[in-house]
Amino acid sequence: MEFRFSDEQKMIRESARTFLHEVSTSAAVRQAMATESGYDPALWQRICEELCFQAITVPEAYGGMGLGQVELAIVLEQMGQVLLCSPFFSTVGLAVNALVLGGTETQKQQYLPEIAAGSLTATVGWTGAATAHSGGQWGCEAISVEWQETEDGYCLNGDLRYVIDGHTADLLIIAARGKDCKEGDTVAWFAVPATAVGIEREWQPSMDQTRRLARIILRNVSLPDSARMTAQTDGSKLLTQIVDLAKLALAAEQMGAAQKVLDMSVAYMQERVQFGRPIASYQSLKHKAADMMLKCEVSRSAVYYAACVAQEYLAECNSQQAVLALREAAAMAKAYCSDTLFYNAGSAIQLHGGVGFTWEYDVHLYFKRAKASELYLGAAPAQRELIASMLLD
Amino acid sequence: MKLTFTVEDEAFRAEIAQWLRTNLTGEFAALKFRGGPGDEHMFTAERQRWEKRLAAGGWTGIGWPLKHGGRGCSIEQQVIFHEEYARAGAPGRVGHIGEGLVGPTLIAFADPEQQAKYLPAILAGTDLWCQGYSEPGAGSDLANVKTRARRENADNTWRINGQKVWTSLAHESDWCFVLARTDSESVGHKGLGFFLVSMHQPGVTVRPIEQLTGTSEFNEVFFDDAVAADLIGEPGDGWKIAMALLGFERGVSTLGQQMQFQNELDEIVRIAKSNGAARDPLLRQRIAEAHIGLRLMRYNAMRMLSHTSTESGPEALVYKLHWSSWHRNLGALAMDVLGPEAEILESGPYNLTRLQSLFLFTRSDTIYGGTSQIQRNIIAERGLGMPKEAKGNLR
Repeated sequence: MEFRFSDEQKMIRESARTFLHEVSTSAAVRQAMATESGYDPALWQRICEELCFQAITVPEAYGGMGLGQVELAIVLEQMGQVLLCSPFFSTVGLAVNALVLGGTETQKQQYLPEIAAGSLTATVGWTGAATAHSGGQWGCEAISVEWQETEDGYCLNGDLRYVIDGHTADLLIIAARGKDCKEGDTVAWFAVPATAVGIEREWQPSMDQTRRLARIILRNVSLPDSARMTAQTDGSKLLTQIVDLAKLALAAEQMGAAQKVLDMSVAYMQERVQFGRPIASYQSLKHKAADMMLKCEVSRSAVYYAACVAQEYLAECNSQQAVLALREAAAMAKAYCSDTLFYNAGSAIQLHGGVGFTWEYDVHLYFKRAKASELYLGAAPAQRELIASMLLD
Repeated sequence: MKLTFTVEDEAFRAEIAQWLRTNLTGEFAALKFRGGPGDEHMFTAERQRWEKRLAAGGWTGIGWPLKHGGRGCSIEQQVIFHEEYARAGAPGRVGHIGEGLVGPTLIAFADPEQQAKYLPAILAGTDLWCQGYSEPGAGSDLANVKTRARRENADNTWRINGQKVWTSLAHESDWCFVLARTDSESVGHKGLGFFLVSMHQPGVTVRPIEQLTGTSEFNEVFFDDAVAADLIGEPGDGWKIAMALLGFERGVSTLGQQMQFQNELDEIVRIAKSNGAARDPLLRQRIAEAHIGLRLMRYNAMRMLSHTSTESGPEALVYKLHWSSWHRNLGALAMDVLGPEAEILESGPYNLTRLQSLFLFTRSDTIYGGTSQIQRNIIAERGLGMPKEAKGNLR
């Protein structure tokens, strides 16, 4: 049993930390926020060329680095720290997993090397308007796009919401249900170039400006047979796999961001003097900071444990035990880290006092990201209900 | 990162599990799940016999070095031992203060003669120990101890005078380690000594404290010119040794403690399923939260135990605050899952059920061993580098 980083993993963390803190400054984040794409393509290219993070989990056979979920979590933690604006989460946290787990051999050969080379971004879309029902549904019940067989392939129709980077991604991986069928076993997946005829994409401006959400409308999008992804696993199972791994990825970001707002708050409290002493010396504020640190440390344990479980799961996908272990670990990490980041970011505003309420200070960026990340893929109560059903039903 | 145990470690797991299956039978069967925190006053005679049975099986001092009579087990094996011990429901150890605190401290700080005098009886399960740290005026502010140690010119022994409080199992113990002031002019951390004192002498009086549970695990201990058998280290070394001892406390036994927590949570889950509480949306949330909290506590402990260097990481700093808050919430959850049935005693006049005892006793978890407020001070000061609390000058 060794629940600690290897030397190689420490190196990845250090290089990610150094580089990202240098390039994703407050000014850089604010500049990216003001654009429609939501990120700086030049910076994204630098990341792809100098650090190759986009290739981290792409198997070596497809030109990637073939590293695991722990390394991915390490990178995401650092990205969360600096609120990096980039298509990394959508491309690597969602689409690479979808292709690796559900792509045909031809699709893998076509798309993965391009992603690894940094010349293609991608995202996964399955969420329709029903995603917003009942406080958020992220499973098959959220799927709104319908597929139909045609003479020479398939035809897709539907309306996707809340698709991360959906308006900029080059490749759209879309889940759809059979027309006139409500059952989960008719869920099928398609790899669709964003340039396909009949696709209309539009940015949905959102409260959290550090990540972009998009609406994608599909009108009679006709696709060749080769666009359909593998039927080895049924489509609903693939969705669960993608969502479970994405929960882990999001939790890693949340944990990094939660640590950062704590560090910012402590630094501010050490500087700010009132009643003749730094406010960091007040016990009520120290205790608040201590609670924030506790949540960060427990979050860290949750994320890296889940990453280890995810890695084991990817090594032996077919074991039912591994499936359940991942589902539980990912839900636990998402639940705990969602609560942690929201608590820490909210507390950070309070600890900063008046300046925490200004647009100028960065705290609000973390607070807004906190709520967006919490809601995406289901907030803590939904994750806890999932755990409860595994435990009690 | 690797979360699994080696084949050798798994063989070790099978060995201890088998031993427990064979030995936790007969007169010891009734001890299952008994004698833990909140229940430490129960079955003490039987548990002392159990301690000797463990010793005979070679299961005491498993983490101690071989040359001191221990088993020299790795951290992993110690973790496994504690896990299997708790999983089997084996009773709370009456010898845990001797094995877990006194032994490691003597191995680190005592001279060979002192080690030969005390260690064998701890390993054999024959001598039981208690801790003489807290005093009426020295709780959170432990360095404020007033108990005095005076060297008797006539026979060159140290004599102890003063009062200790919150001493667990003092009434069952043969020995007490006592933090006392060797320099009567000193204040704070300086001028303290670490003494070993026999409980079987006229100068020692034990008075049980009746707790809000109606039971008495804790005691007051009065020293009236009691003779100290040994001083460990030099006069003035007391604080250093006392703090090192507390460091041993937060070691591998934490995973065993968690297995006991798991037993408690399992019982709550079982009740929730049988009485319908498992269908209540809010109770479902709380049960899931308890489950998550315990699992994450385990991963935190695994991180703690995976440290290669002797310096502990930030996760160790938050550990006590985390488990004690979690456990206190579990106690309240147990009552809420039971509903009105939670009120009904095991029997009159005031015999608590196991879960009632959990509910009430866990209120002490966030107080003893450093209150949650002291823990937060420590986290903020050591973990985050925030300014230290100012000291007052009232004596």
